Amino acid sequence: MTELLLQALVPLALTLKVALTATAGACALGVGAGFALSRRGLPGRELLDAICALPLVLPPTVIGYYLLVLFGRRGWLGQWLQESFGVSLVFTWQGAALAACVVAFPLVCKAARTAFEGVDENLEHAARSLGATECAVFLRVSLPLAWRGVLSGTMLALARAMGEFGATLMLAGNLPGRTQTLSLAVYDAAQAGRDNEALFLVVLTSLVCISLLLASGKFLKALPAT
Amino acid sequence: MALRLDIRKTLRAGAQEFELAAAFEAQGRSIVLFGPSGSGKTLTLRAVAGLMAPDAGRIDLDGRSLFDSVNGVDVPARQRGVGLMFQDYALFPHLSVAQNVGFGLGVGLFGRLDLAARNRVGELLDLAGLAHLADARPGRLSGGQRQRVALLRALARSPRALLLDEPFSALDPLLRARMRREVRAMCQAVDTPTMLVTHDPEDLAEFGGTVVLYDEGRVRRMETFADGPEGGVAASGLVLGEHFSAYG
Repeated sequence: MTELLLQALVPLALTLKVALTATAGACALGVGAGFALSRRGLPGRELLDAICALPLVLPPTVIGYYLLVLFGRRGWLGQWLQESFGVSLVFTWQGAALAACVVAFPLVCKAARTAFEGVDENLEHAARSLGATECAVFLRVSLPLAWRGVLSGTMLALARAMGEFGATLMLAGNLPGRTQTLSLAVYDAAQAGRDNEALFLVVLTSLVCISLLLASGKFLKALPAT
Repeated sequence: MALRLDIRKTLRAGAQEFELAAAFEAQGRSIVLFGPSGSGKTLTLRAVAGLMAPDAGRIDLDGRSLFDSVNGVDVPARQRGVGLMFQDYALFPHLSVAQNVGFGLGVGLFGRLDLAARNRVGELLDLAGLAHLADARPGRLSGGQRQRVALLRALARSPRALLLDEPFSALDPLLRARMRREVRAMCQAVDTPTMLVTHDPEDLAEFGGTVVLYDEGRVRRMETFADGPEGGVAASGLVLGEHFSAYG
């Protein structure tokens, strides 16, 4: 039992690291994209919205394959990263985080767009007439009024990133101790017939997810109403 | 305030089309754009405030060009130096009364208030008798209090002119008469000219001044009276007369 627990700590820590990094990235990108998509003047808005939602619809393996084509050793971006920074994302935890980020991004983006669209346009107009630049309007009015929606999207993104499997497998592989997250470890143990380990990991994953959901629910409730 | 304006704007919603083609030149402490709803007066106010860009034309305020489609001038709303009061007040619900009033005085991206700005907010709140509500959120205020906050917020930056968009229509009738007097008195006290958009002859009776009559996107008539109730009563007589000659 203790041995199983110790064994599980490595993929657990890795999963949290990957999921939190991915969520931070998805949050930053999702807020930006969601805000842009909420502006009525944006040309090609609905097409861009569809593109942003794509990772939600595509099978994760397809996304993983795209990422491999882009960030692989001979991919466009991968080659550039390798040559200019000596960095490769393939078979690294950063690659796993990138994959999880792409998959979780639409959840923040959608929630943020809805939240920003819910902000009364007159409030933004009022801020402009009071001398605020577009940046200040965003930081002082739009974001504070939309952040509840943004936050709930971020929670969903975290949940999605925790359970990410397919895209991570394609880009980062399944290397124990390096890129093997909980979901991959479960698959690995079940495939190899290590039933005890698989069961233990499944229960552990469930417990972690339930605690996260409870904690985030409590957190959201404790926030002051605006 | 000296306002010279000649703008055109076409709005489309499905098969419906609305064309605004308004031109007038007005001077004085009080300008009232009067007309039925959907006649283009609010659109005109938004064009002056810089919230809506006309398709073509020009807007000059006190000799300064704010918009000119020929010379490619379109001063952003934040640099037009006009105060704005919305029909629903548009108070920031996430900020306190004091933070609302001080919004336009803040510096930097996060609108930090320096000591002078905080003092100015305090003075304004005292002036309007709202000091005890400085830390309250707008959601807890009555209609009249909200209007006072919106007025102070717009006046805090000492604007060149205050634009009022149907400011009293959301109030109950008893409060309405009182707020009309109060808003006008406050604007006089800080020496700020007003441009009022309304469809209520009683608003006109209180403010007086230059009346610009709107109808279906056009300026139908313009007439100048004395400012305040002295000229306002005659002005409201004029618009009622217009009304009866049109529909009677």
